[in-house]
Amino acid sequence: MIHVYGAALLALLVSMFLFLGRAALGPTVYDRLLATNAFGTKTVIFVALLGFFAGRPEFLDMALVYALINFVTTVAVLKLVQEARLDR
Amino acid sequence: MSVLDWISAVLLALGVFVALTSAVGVLRMPDFFTRIHPAGKNDSLAQLLVLGALLLQATSWQVAVKLLMISAFLLVTTPSSTYAIARAALVDGRQPWTGDPPPEEASP
Repeated sequence: MIHVYGAALLALLVSMFLFLGRAALGPTVYDRLLATNAFGTKTVIFVALLGFFAGRPEFLDMALVYALINFVTTVAVLKLVQEARLDR
Repeated sequence: MSVLDWISAVLLALGVFVALTSAVGVLRMPDFFTRIHPAGKNDSLAQLLVLGALLLQATSWQVAVKLLMISAFLLVTTPSSTYAIARAALVDGRQPWTGDPPPEEASP
């Protein structure tokens, strides 16, 4: 089962780099935001899978916290992009 | 490899396949609004399949509950964040690409 996890981790890593490619290429700021948001979700899956690969169940807490942070970050950057200020 | 391992291996393969196709889709789609679909597909379907595969491998109930929490949370937040991005793009005056003229890629 370990080798299945390893193959899945490598494939996920490849797809994460593809998303980084879109984040770099993306002409508009919204493309970059979309790519970064999806990249964050992929990191959640990657960390959860890594937890099972390394046999460490506490990685799932990190994945859950990362999902929370990813959502809040996307909305915060969106507000920054739209109104160019965050204090109000 | 027991039957459960085989099922989770197949689910994992499907999840990774969806993740890869969504990554290629986000790269190749011509316009921002068409890129939302593969990105959204990755956020909801790929994580469901992968976390479902891991659910079958969960040894203790705490791990299973954590996996369900992650999956439920992602299912709720990722569509709303994708919606927020699309709405911000529309409010910013970026029109979806409708047809013949190639999509004019505005400066960021």
